[in-house]
Amino acid sequence: MNRKSCLSGNEAVAYAMKQINPDVVPAFPITPSTEIPMKFSSYVADGLVDTEFVAVESEHSAMSACIGSQAAGARTMSATSANGLALMWEMLYIASSFRLPIILCCVNRALSGPININNDHGDSMGARDAGWIQIYSENNQEAYDNLIQAVRIGEHSEVQLPVMVCQDGFITSHAVENIELLDDMTVKDFVGTYRPVNSLLGNESIAMGPYESADFYIEHKRQQAEAIINAVQVVAEIGTLYAELTGRPYGLIEKVSMDDADYALVVIGSTAGTSRAAIRILRAEGIKVGMIKIRVYRPFPEAEVAAALEGVTAAAVLDKAEGLSGTGGPLYADVCTTLHRHRNNLFTRNFVYGLGGRDVKVSDIIYVFREIARESADPGNMQRMIPYRYLGVRENTHPGEQT
Amino acid sequence: MNVNFKTLMEREERFSGGHRMCAGCGAPVAVRAIMRAVDPEDRAVVGCATGCLEVSSFTYPYSAWTDSFIHSAFENAAATISGVEAAYESLRRQGKVSGARKFITFGGDGGSYDIGLQSLSGAMERGHDMLYVCYDNGAYMNTGIQRSSGTPRYADTTTSPAGKVIPGKKQNRKDLTQIMAAHNIPYAAQTTLTANFKDLHEKAHRALGMKGAAFINVLSPCPRGWRYEAKNLMQICKLAVDTCIWPMYEVIEGDWILSYEPKNKLPVEDYLRSQGRFKHLFTSGNEGLVESIQKQVDRDWDLLLKRCKY
Amino acid sequence: MKRKPALPGPTDSWREITPGGTIRGGASAVFFKTGDWRTWRPVWNQEACRQCLLCFPVCPDSSIPLAEGKRTDFNFNHCKGCGICAEICPVHAISMIKER
Repeated sequence: MNRKSCLSGNEAVAYAMKQINPDVVPAFPITPSTEIPMKFSSYVADGLVDTEFVAVESEHSAMSACIGSQAAGARTMSATSANGLALMWEMLYIASSFRLPIILCCVNRALSGPININNDHGDSMGARDAGWIQIYSENNQEAYDNLIQAVRIGEHSEVQLPVMVCQDGFITSHAVENIELLDDMTVKDFVGTYRPVNSLLGNESIAMGPYESADFYIEHKRQQAEAIINAVQVVAEIGTLYAELTGRPYGLIEKVSMDDADYALVVIGSTAGTSRAAIRILRAEGIKVGMIKIRVYRPFPEAEVAAALEGVTAAAVLDKAEGLSGTGGPLYADVCTTLHRHRNNLFTRNFVYGLGGRDVKVSDIIYVFREIARESADPGNMQRMIPYRYLGVRENTHPGEQT
Repeated sequence: MNVNFKTLMEREERFSGGHRMCAGCGAPVAVRAIMRAVDPEDRAVVGCATGCLEVSSFTYPYSAWTDSFIHSAFENAAATISGVEAAYESLRRQGKVSGARKFITFGGDGGSYDIGLQSLSGAMERGHDMLYVCYDNGAYMNTGIQRSSGTPRYADTTTSPAGKVIPGKKQNRKDLTQIMAAHNIPYAAQTTLTANFKDLHEKAHRALGMKGAAFINVLSPCPRGWRYEAKNLMQICKLAVDTCIWPMYEVIEGDWILSYEPKNKLPVEDYLRSQGRFKHLFTSGNEGLVESIQKQVDRDWDLLLKRCKY
Repeated sequence: MKRKPALPGPTDSWREITPGGTIRGGASAVFFKTGDWRTWRPVWNQEACRQCLLCFPVCPDSSIPLAEGKRTDFNFNHCKGCGICAEICPVHAISMIKER
């Protein structure tokens, strides 16, 4: 029997892990993901899971142990944030290159420096080229649901790639919300038994992690590319299966009021929740606004985003991370690539916001919609024709003044 | 171990020819000996840090390892095998895997003393049931002979060259075996290649037979980095032991046991003169350096004898 | 000698090489010849050899095959001619000559 509960995002994810019952969890604490290995350790200590918990001495060792464990045929999971993810950076690439479906709970937090423990997407965005599937959660229900689906996605024979399930640090990880939990048997049946392609503990000896010359490296990368492309279809399939199970639909993106929208927001994570409120307010005023929430960022859902933006007049892309390219944030870069191929003349603006946990309010989102509506109607105004800008940063030293 | 030399030699080779180590390299000799100590009925999973051994023993698609093998990165061989061992514990407990396994990890002095020290320490501290073998060739050889903390004092390396002003590496080498013993693991040992390999075989066999974390440090000379004629491998090892520069001992459950005391303790000069990396110590202006090495070796040897209650 | 398995090669397409760079089946390196590295070649004097086997473990390249507990002639596919065996032999039953 499914049941209703009230849990924080971290608690929800730890609970999902308990139901998935992975074979091995190597983990190292870092705010704000610490509660996940803490909660999970208590499940282990109480004998509620079969998991071997490895309290490693750093995040780099956590991912290294994940690789060793998954390579030995064990379903393996871990959790981290920010600089913990950054410390395991080289190992993320290796995990993907070994085609190991490791599952990582990434509780998004700003990367140092300066050191900041609040939410932004700098950590997972920094890892976007590592060959991991990235799924972002708007709230605790999504974090829970995404984690369960992630196991099926990563282990799928057409994919065989590691998956990171992201949720916003503190905003989602620590805030208690209502949630519907599946019963243990349902989760167990959904994730099934892990059947590794190769195992270090198998009957036949295997060797993993070769040195390769230029004769082979690019071919192996081509294989990874194929797997990431395959993941688009697989994510959709698993989402459909999950919808049948729970009544909650999951695709690569979620569209809110997009059918007749003139002005669209493209956004990731909990800010989508804030944006829903802004959309309700503006729609009540008769302004046709809508939102595309990116759930799966890697692989990038190009076709879905292009289709969703087809009829709009202007789009604002919100980046909760900087790429420091000087031309815009990471999500903006991907959206622009998509638009370049499908619809080159769409009016877009990029807003970098929320870095280091800077709060984003409903009024900020309303401001964004009004700005792109105003500017797109007035192409002659060259003063404000900067496509890449910051939202919510103090431009002046007089308190209270709006930018 | 109750197996005589000849019977031991007949065991199936677990580290094959066809690898790309240099002609005369000490490391594969050490590896063959360690793997030979694994009982024939046991299967092993071997981990290896990036370095000479790894890149040479597994160049796609050629692996020199009969058993399952994993390399992931440079500084984490111990952490990687920790994961494999944890998986084995979990799967065995759940009835998903059966049969004994021996977990053995190899790392050079680079991957063990320096960049890999943290993950080695962590794995030993957590007490995973594994054997970590450091093949100590006294420098980062794979990248071209750069100094490591395992490089002996005054050795000429490419980042501690013997120049006009500085005569090679300034610092004493770190004592990793003692650091490992201080982790209070069930077994820590230091050895090298001796003619009958008895010391190495016995230590490896003992380590593999004990539950918990074990560490063995094997001096593995490098003809290219140390600059001696490749054919003299065994003679170099013998000099290291007979000068007490590389004592052979073991620490079993905290008991320090000396494995070998040379009947005729040779002066360190005999060892130093045998290798080109120390030849600057015998030029004018560098008098006194050999003496300082002798003093250091004598002091360390005395301390070891005391610990072993001699 | 094992029959050489179908190992991936540098002319195989990306679909044909093994995913993740994983190789199955154990020591495939036996099929890679390093014998052409030699500049010196060992010569085994079978009559002088006392079969003490002290040469066997000192070979970095596992190039002294045993048959029924006795050493046989060198595996020249892998021997790199380092000469360690010649140095260790107590009866000088191994000598090194210039490779052709």
